[in-house]
Amino acid sequence: MTVLAVAGLVKSFGGVQAVNGVSFSVAAGEMLALIGPNGAGKSTCFNMLNGQIKPDSGRIALNGRNIAGLSPNRVWRLGVGRTFQIAATFASMTVRENVQVALLAHRRHIWRFWRPAAAWFVPEADALLTQVGMRDQAERAASVLAYGDLKRLELAIALANAPRLLLMDEPTAGMAPAERTALMQLTRSLASRQGLAVLFTEHDMDVVFGVATRIVVLNRGELIAEGDGPTIRADPRVRAVYLGSGVTSGGHRC
Amino acid sequence: MGFILVQFLTGLASASSLFLVAAGLTVIFGVTRVVNFAHGSLYMLGAYLGWTILSALPRDPAWFALGVVLTGAGVAAIGMTIETTLLRRIYKAPELLQLLATFGVVLIVQDVVLKVWGPDDLTLPRPRWMRAFVTIADQRVPVYDLLTIAIGPLMLLGLWLLFTRTRWGTLVRAATQDREMVAALGVDQRRLFTAVFALGAGLAGIGGALALPDGSANGQMDLTVITDAFVVVVVGGLGSLPGAFLASLTIALLQAFGIVLFPKITLVLVFIVMAVVLVLRPNGLLGRPLAAARGDANTPALVRAAVPALRWLGAAVLLLAALAPLFAGPFALSVLTEMAIAMLFAASLHAMMGPGGMVSFGHAAWFGLGAYGAAFAVKGLALSMPAALIIAPAGAALAALLFGGFVVRLSGVYLAMLTLAFAQIVWAIMFQAVSVTGGDNGILGVWPAAWATDPRTYYWLTLAICTAGVLLLRRILYAPFGYALRAARDSETRAAAIGLNAAWLRLAALVMAGAAAGLAGGLTAFAKGSVFPGYVSIGRSVDALLMVLLGGVQSMAGPVAGALVYTGLFDILLMVTDLWRLVLGLSIVALVLIFPQGIAGTVHRLWLRGREA
Repeated sequence: MTVLAVAGLVKSFGGVQAVNGVSFSVAAGEMLALIGPNGAGKSTCFNMLNGQIKPDSGRIALNGRNIAGLSPNRVWRLGVGRTFQIAATFASMTVRENVQVALLAHRRHIWRFWRPAAAWFVPEADALLTQVGMRDQAERAASVLAYGDLKRLELAIALANAPRLLLMDEPTAGMAPAERTALMQLTRSLASRQGLAVLFTEHDMDVVFGVATRIVVLNRGELIAEGDGPTIRADPRVRAVYLGSGVTSGGHRC
Repeated sequence: MGFILVQFLTGLASASSLFLVAAGLTVIFGVTRVVNFAHGSLYMLGAYLGWTILSALPRDPAWFALGVVLTGAGVAAIGMTIETTLLRRIYKAPELLQLLATFGVVLIVQDVVLKVWGPDDLTLPRPRWMRAFVTIADQRVPVYDLLTIAIGPLMLLGLWLLFTRTRWGTLVRAATQDREMVAALGVDQRRLFTAVFALGAGLAGIGGALALPDGSANGQMDLTVITDAFVVVVVGGLGSLPGAFLASLTIALLQAFGIVLFPKITLVLVFIVMAVVLVLRPNGLLGRPLAAARGDANTPALVRAAVPALRWLGAAVLLLAALAPLFAGPFALSVLTEMAIAMLFAASLHAMMGPGGMVSFGHAAWFGLGAYGAAFAVKGLALSMPAALIIAPAGAALAALLFGGFVVRLSGVYLAMLTLAFAQIVWAIMFQAVSVTGGDNGILGVWPAAWATDPRTYYWLTLAICTAGVLLLRRILYAPFGYALRAARDSETRAAAIGLNAAWLRLAALVMAGAAAGLAGGLTAFAKGSVFPGYVSIGRSVDALLMVLLGGVQSMAGPVAGALVYTGLFDILLMVTDLWRLVLGLSIVALVLIFPQGIAGTVHRLWLRGREA
């Protein structure tokens, strides 16, 4: 079942074609990796899906509904979770409270002025924390967590609105190699168990080839290859971009 | 024609002196990120020190110039002392604490100046060359004005050369953009910061000395100047020298012509200009968005409900307070009433500053609007006291709602300065709309209802209302709304990603804080039986800030502790010594150095010592 279908996405900044006619789709339970050298258009693509940038043209269909041009706020409400390259959590709250706030926002309970926030949705918050393996740290301050744990907390927050699609921007940036694989394996098991569609950008090729169901390669705003790990590895254009055959420039080794 | 020329030249001359102070302030802020409230005090020290030096020197222009330079060097040395003994120790502390420390310096300098130079305004006898005129277009223009006019652009040129043509200047500019990177490149930050602070202080000192021939050295100039300088720096854009110059020119010229064209609004003209600029350009005329300084000093601490021991302590204090009228005399009772009100006032500012993340330099606006609202209600509309005490918070909340739309778009110092601008506009209305507000004489005879005229009854009423108010604020801050507000402060990115609208949340917090402060103002009106423009003064806003900062912003018990300590300390000091500012200032500085997290924050940390936060 297709959760996200992107068709003919175009965005230019001034004279630069950042994204030029990109189309791909992500199905439920699938992990799609979006890769490409720096400046390939990954982040622009990502930010359009999330609503931070309006596309010039093209269609972004979430469960068949066009969400191109909606605000991040609206996109979130339609069931899209997101994690950031630099983990964004609430430092003045405990791990559990972080998830509770996300749950309160999701259930539209923010404008309540009486019953303490700590009393709301405790079982739901703990269930989410259990999923990411953070249940035993629920009482700790988010500000003292190790970076890997912070990323897992962020994942729990992103899952609080029971998303159909999860967008992860450089999910393993800044993490130790062992933690990287663990986080992505966790995401993968969540995806397949809950039928969640996951789209992520990533620079670490071990992570990409280790967990992605399918891979989409962008270069200079255009989609140059799509397929599973072995297909992508064997693709001459991808090799040219990443290894720098001399025909293409601007690529870098990972 | 000639008249316009004279006003124009007068404007240019005051632009120059404004620029001297503002340039120092903006450079210090750019590099150290310290909002230096003591900058006006350095200017005042320049005026007094300049008076001493220039009075002792021969009256020739050359000696005058030497005297001014010596004064600048002297004030630079004082600045260096302040930087090395105080500020250097707290660069890693939260920004608000640095602000508190510079407030302490303001208080200390006020008393030192009073002790050393006495309470009288000091003027410099003007020698013949200073009194000379030149005739331009049939108008007599003082030579000294022309000299002053020249100094502004010359100073800008000098600073520009210093910052663009020397290695040191390049380092300063680099540090303004990214001080961690500069440190990582092996530059000694400590020396750079000290030197920058000394330079800024020296400029302020020169400014103070140069202002002497046209005015006097007096004890009020510090706050006047710091307000003007802040306006200039903010309008120009924090950290931008050309911005400061442009803003000095704009504001001084507007003032020079405004005084003729609209004499009624001169008191607020600069603030109106600032408000308009900030609404249109949230980073000032030539400012750019500031890169936040890295480091975890400003990482918000975990907020937890008070531990049981603290709750019991609070209950015990409240019980004691409720029983106080049975044994307290009339004076003690009036102090206690004041403390109860201060508690609510501080808690209202805390709600905005702490969880809301909006620092306010003009919280007195809501307090004053509440006080005047209550006074109008009983004097103008002949309403009862209870009705007045409903109108007070409602009126303040309404004003906060109207004004809040502009405020919530800004952040940091810009937001704080816009609140100050609003407070000054309110103050000017109260001060100048004599027919309605009684102007400086205020509104008298605002007495409580017959059933509450007994000071004990009124005290109990105040205590009950203020305690309920504080507890209600606390309740709201622990409710989902309070968490969402804090979430938007902690991480705007994440808050937006989970569908929180930061602007609406902040607006609601501002309205809530405005209502609580307005209630405090209404209670004060009946406690004192009168209202005055002083209720909306900068001093009152600073009081609230000091209470919150003393107590600590991270904890919700903080503002209450801060209000009680501050009001208590203040009243005791007032009784035992006439050097209360010095003692208070020194206490603040000592508190900052000993308790870098505020009183409540530090107690909380000691409590948690050995456990994890």
